[in-house]
Order: sequence, then structure tokens, then C-alpha cells
Amino acid sequence: MGWLGENLGLVVDLTLQHARLSVIPIVVSLVAALPLGWVISRSRLGIVLLGVGNVIYTIPSLALFVSLPAILGTRILDETNVVVALSLYGVTLMMRGVADAFGSVSDDVRQSARAIGYSAAGRFASVELPLAAPVIIANLRVVSVSTISLLSVAAIIGQGGLGYLFTDGYSRDFPAEVLIGIVATLVIAVVFDLVIVAAGRILLPWQRPARRGRARASLALSPDAAGGAS
Amino acid sequence: MIEFRDVSKQYPDGTTAVDRFDIVIPSRKTTVLVGSSGSGKTTLLRMINRMVDPTAGAVLIDDEDVAGIEPVRLRRRIGYVMQNSGLLPHRSVVDNIATVPRLTGASRAQARARALELMDTVGLDRALAKRYPSQLSGGQQQRVGVARGLAVDPNILLMDEPFSAVDPIVRTDLQQEVLRLQRELHKTIVFVTHDIDEAFLLGDQVVILATGARVAQVGSPAEILAAPADDFVADFIGAKKGKRRLEVASRRDDDLVLADSAGFPVGLLARSQAYSVSDKTAQAGDA
Repeated sequence: MGWLGENLGLVVDLTLQHARLSVIPIVVSLVAALPLGWVISRSRLGIVLLGVGNVIYTIPSLALFVSLPAILGTRILDETNVVVALSLYGVTLMMRGVADAFGSVSDDVRQSARAIGYSAAGRFASVELPLAAPVIIANLRVVSVSTISLLSVAAIIGQGGLGYLFTDGYSRDFPAEVLIGIVATLVIAVVFDLVIVAAGRILLPWQRPARRGRARASLALSPDAAGGAS
Repeated sequence: MIEFRDVSKQYPDGTTAVDRFDIVIPSRKTTVLVGSSGSGKTTLLRMINRMVDPTAGAVLIDDEDVAGIEPVRLRRRIGYVMQNSGLLPHRSVVDNIATVPRLTGASRAQARARALELMDTVGLDRALAKRYPSQLSGGQQQRVGVARGLAVDPNILLMDEPFSAVDPIVRTDLQQEVLRLQRELHKTIVFVTHDIDEAFLLGDQVVILATGARVAQVGSPAEILAAPADDFVADFIGAKKGKRRLEVASRRDDDLVLADSAGFPVGLLARSQAYSVSDKTAQAGDA
């Protein structure tokens, strides 16, 4: 624990950098994947998009980190490279999930929304998006964790946040430093996950399990619930 | 009045769902379209609010061709109730009922107040207002569906097999509820079902459909029962199988009722003291 005490400032700095560098790709993934996923769920163009996504996803991360400066015209040590690379992975992973999410909206509800007079745009915003949200959030949690862990690889090009503790600990043959890096990464992942779940709870109140007292009352109040025919 | 003028619907793959359908649906009455699956009954219903556009012919509401009305605006003034209620699972009961008034510009408070009134109208406890649809029974969900259909006080109410997914006891309740509502509200109801008993119970006018929306017979339940137009109709209403050998019988209280072959009364013909009690009194009365 002595090492941690002496290097607390470094660990905190790296943790904050790690959180900052991962939050941008996560948000970008969500924002970009929403329209892309919707298109995939709706049109034939979707297969092409998914194909492109799969190709991008198979590019090794290190190869992408080092080749992006040539493509973007950025400096090799620019953190933009890392953010862009992780965003690309995030979007490709996320858009498939978003497509599944829109696909999971029941056709009955979609038809009913149409029948009672929602316009196409209104249906997307007020019906399809909220109903797809639980699956979208589930996918966002995966993207969040994968982005946070993938960022460590960028330590090799000097932009990896807590990944520095892995490379440094390894080269100095000092397992405690690696372990601290792992724990700090886990903390970030858990905090991000809790934030996403909490946001989901607030935004999707109908998803909350009914409170105990209420659940019992509802059973008692509905005589035809016991039949269970529907 | 809703009028189908020589309406056809052909899908791009060549199947003909509706072939030259021609009928007038009177205002402020219940018209039931009844037929087995593939008879095109739901397609016909959806032509009224332009969920489906015909490939030939025209659908007119009060002499106005619906093809000239913008679909979203048209749908907002026609009530629609569907199977499995079609409620929005992420909105509470009261917000579900208030959906269409909100779409047409009513304030939140107005729309909610109206929704609560409608809950009374369809026999729902106001205590359920804050629940989500998944927390209701199937029967309650259908009631919410009916309330939502009535929310903008439309002249026309389209009902697409609304009760076919609930159990028989609840279905009977809901059917009585529709009869009661119709006595109070006098809407132009177009009701689609595959259940001939439901059709005869609810319909002022019953349209029996064969494949491709061919009209096998149109008439009041009594007319159809008394004189099935052909073998198809006779078969469909169960006359041939002896399932519905209806006869006039009289009950203890001297009302004239229709009874089926098992002596089970299926309908009231006349409420009268004048008819003398026939031999059948005991048989029908005990049923």
C-alpha cells in the first residue's frame, strides 16, 4: 500500500483522465447509433451498414490507434486519435443493439399508435424511442464497459489513462501497480454503469417493478386477473 | 354514413384482399363485419381511417372521399379500438386515454380531466388511473382501449376484434358494456369479428363476408337468421349443423324469447303479456 500512498496523485489523475477519455466515445456511440440503428431496423441499407460495422470492428485496436493520425492528420500523441477509435468501435457495437431495440417494439403498439393518429415523427419520438429504450440502455452498458477496458490499450501510444499503470507495472515487474490499475478501472466501470442504470430508472418509470404493497393491491382489485386468459 | 363504392385492394404480390366491395354503413348504428380469417374484414375497417388505401374505388364518410383527407388528421377524429388493446405500455392509464386529445392540442389538465370522466363512462375505477397497462387485467385493458377510442368524442368508432383475446366471461361483460354505451352515445360503430354470436348480439346491421370480402349477406340479425341467403351463410351462422335451430319460446314471465335447440334462450323477441303461454314454457324457462 506504500506505493499507492506515494503515488495517489498520479492514480487520481490517471483515473480522471481515463473517465474523461471514455465518456466521450460512449456518448458519441449512443448519439450516432440511434439514427443508424433505426435505419438498420427499417431498410435494406441496414445490411450494408452492419457489414461496414463488422469490418471496422475487426480492425485490431492498436492498428487503428497508430493509423488514425495518417487518416485524420492529427499528431500521433493527440488524444483525439483514441477518442475517434473508441467511438468507431462503440458505434459499430451499439448500432446493432439499437436496431434490435427498435425491432423489439411490438408491431401491435406501432400499428395502434398509427391508428390513433400519431404522425411518423411523433411515433418515433413518443412511442418507438421510449419503448426501445430498455434494450438501448442494456446495450449502452455493454459499450460503456467495453470502452473503458479498451482504452487501456492506448497506453502503448501514451494515451491510455489507467493503462499506464499496466504498462509501467509490467515493465517494472511490479504487480501491485497493475492490480491498482485494475481496481481503479473497475471502479470507473461500476460508476458509469450505476449512472446509466439510474438514468434508465428515471427516464423509464414504467419499467420499475411495482412496489410490494401496490402489487398485492392490484391482485386483490382485479377479479379477472386470476383467470389469466390474456 | 360511411360508404364503400366498388372498393378493391390488390397487394403488389398479386393477392386480392378485397374485390369490388360495395356497401353503405348507416350513421349512429352498429355495423358488424363478420367473416373468417382471410375474408378481408380488417382490411375493410382500416380503409375507413386510411391505414390501408384501396387500389380501386372509394371510401366516403358523409359523402366526402377519405382519399382527400390527410391520414393523420382523419385518424385523429375516428376512434380506434384494437385486439390486445394496443395501449402504449409506457404511459399510465389516464395518459393513454388522454393521448389523442393531447395530439389534437388539448391542454394536459383538460385531457386528463376528460380521461377520468371516460374511465367512469367505461366502468373503470379511477383508482387505476396511475397504473401502467401491464398492471391491468386483459378486460381492464380493453376498457381502457374503448375509453381511448372515445376520447375525442368521435362520430365514428372502429373496433377491430376488440374482445377476441379476453376470456368468455369478461367478453360477455364487455359486449354488454358496448351495448350500453351505444344506447347512450349513438356512435357509428364499425365492429369487426369472426364470432357470429358476437355479430348478432351487437350488430344493428350484420355483413357476412366470404373470401376476398365478397358480401355473402347483409341484414339485421333477425333477417339473416330467418332467411340465410345461401348455403355459405347458413353454414356460417351454424343453421345447418343444428347448432342454432332457433325457435320461438316463451318464458315464465310471458316474454317471447328465441331459444336454441337446447332450450337455452338466446334473445328476447317481445316483451308482452298478450301471448298465451305455450307448452314450451317449462322447457325454455328452466334453461
